[in-house]
Amino acid sequence: MIRTPLLVRTFVTAGLCWIASLSAFAQASAPAKASAPTTEERLAALEAYINNGDPGKALTGVPGPGHNGWMMTSAALVLFMTLPGLALFYGGLVRRKNVLSVLAQCLGIAGLVTLLWWSFGYSLVFGKNYDSAFFGGSEFFFLRNVTSAPNVDYGFWVSHNVFAMYQMMFAIITPALIVGAIAERMKFSAIMVFVTIWMFAVYFPLAHMIWGATGLMNGVWNPYAKITAIDFAGGTVVHMSSGWSALILCLILGPRIGFGRDKMAPHSMVLCMVGTGMLWVGWYGFNAGSAVAADGVAANAFMTTTLATAVAAFTWGLIEKTFRGHASILGYCSGAVAGLVVITPACGFVDSTGAVIIGVFAAVVPYLACTKLKAKFGYDDALDTFGVHAIGGTIGAFLTGILATASVNGNLTGAAATTNGLAKRVAQGGLWLEQLKAMVITIVLAVVATVVIAYLVKAITGLRPTEEVERQGLDINEHGEEGYVT
Amino acid sequence: MKLIIAIIKPFKLEEVKTALAAIGVEGMTVTEVKGFGRQKGHTEIYRGSEYTVDFLPKVKVEIATTDAIAPKAVEVIVKTAKTGKIGDGKVFVLPIEDAIRIRTDERGESAI
Repeated sequence: MIRTPLLVRTFVTAGLCWIASLSAFAQASAPAKASAPTTEERLAALEAYINNGDPGKALTGVPGPGHNGWMMTSAALVLFMTLPGLALFYGGLVRRKNVLSVLAQCLGIAGLVTLLWWSFGYSLVFGKNYDSAFFGGSEFFFLRNVTSAPNVDYGFWVSHNVFAMYQMMFAIITPALIVGAIAERMKFSAIMVFVTIWMFAVYFPLAHMIWGATGLMNGVWNPYAKITAIDFAGGTVVHMSSGWSALILCLILGPRIGFGRDKMAPHSMVLCMVGTGMLWVGWYGFNAGSAVAADGVAANAFMTTTLATAVAAFTWGLIEKTFRGHASILGYCSGAVAGLVVITPACGFVDSTGAVIIGVFAAVVPYLACTKLKAKFGYDDALDTFGVHAIGGTIGAFLTGILATASVNGNLTGAAATTNGLAKRVAQGGLWLEQLKAMVITIVLAVVATVVIAYLVKAITGLRPTEEVERQGLDINEHGEEGYVT
Repeated sequence: MKLIIAIIKPFKLEEVKTALAAIGVEGMTVTEVKGFGRQKGHTEIYRGSEYTVDFLPKVKVEIATTDAIAPKAVEVIVKTAKTGKIGDGKVFVLPIEDAIRIRTDERGESAI
């Protein structure tokens, strides 16, 4: 009840007295009670809000409206990337008999991962009472103790529950990306079982290692990180983990019936383009939102995301026009997604020049992976999850090590980064080696875990539907519906 | 009586229909079809995957007409459907044994 007038008085008093004389200001104030914050502390807390810093005791446990609002918006944007962005992007690229199977897989994963995240996942990633570099803790199981008050380990001004939901959207899209490599030929039940085990074996530990307060490779925030790698929005956690797992799963699964013989062209490039546009828009929540604040770091990530994506889309189209005579819609869509993937780990650490350089690499390398590499080895990565996400995520993680600069993100030279040596590596070089270590750990974990899980699921449910079901289409057989009733 | 079957390029349909009406052809049946002849198909490329599309869209026009009009009709179709480029299509002429107008039971040429 008395907060508003006090707040007003704080502003007025501050405006009059702050610049003139701090001591005079202190004398003019009524003597504070022992426990109540002083006017100066109140003012400092408001400045901390503007600067996304520690509010101290004056505003403890209170979310900041601007930061909180942006993070709720970002969380919705990241969910929008999966539903319906990725669902349409992938859905358009399969044959019409399988369009619903892709939508069902995205929806099914969204529900399944939400339950996993609520029960154990969030705590295993962002808890810390295990005091482990590989798993978080048990203090937030079933989202216990996760309230609207900020968890200052991850953000001074963002409600803990908003942070938990925001991070959940990342946990949803990551396994959904795998669907692209195994599209049109894996049993729905097998996918659900695979994803359940994969989340515990790959995603939760990896996300903790990279982003957890006590994580092994959290160079920016963990002063005791053994490997001082950096990954702003998930190049390793999201794209490399899903992409490399996707390759292994698609190899174990085998190619679609008729692969290389039958026509398997996309049934709707229009849906694919619509989905791509949604992915691009949603990705602002993914990348700029990863600042966990509406601050200058987020602003820079917003810019670099735009530049890299536009450059990559344009470049991919240009390559096609030059070497094949047509700039295709799928080419532009692939370039845009590749640009988004490659800038993801870098977006909060590089400047505009770095973003444009990344955009060019993002087009050239995944283009070669999707056209030449795939043709040479003949694996059926149906919708190019490996070519775009694994290859893109991998070069993105590496380029981040080369192009990161503290001039756009002071956290690279912050207290934790100074203690663990990251600040020195950013200033003097050598960060790429730390990135390389993180990349190797990510690839080894994803590959080994996927091999084990795939054979486990094969033994439990079997991986593929019958030949008849696959030929006729998954929609009518696995989901009892048709995408297009004629 | 003759049945004329013409496979033509879809965008030539309007022109052919108008020209046939001008020489006294009173009816036709039109179907959208797919096929290939010497033109073959075309190639579509999606990222690294190339697909050959063998069957191209064409329009099939069927006209039942009298022996007197038939040669003129064939001539008109060939003239108006021609672009000179590969894929212009073909015309087939078949004899008709009988024709019946369902509404009136008329038979033979008067039914056409």
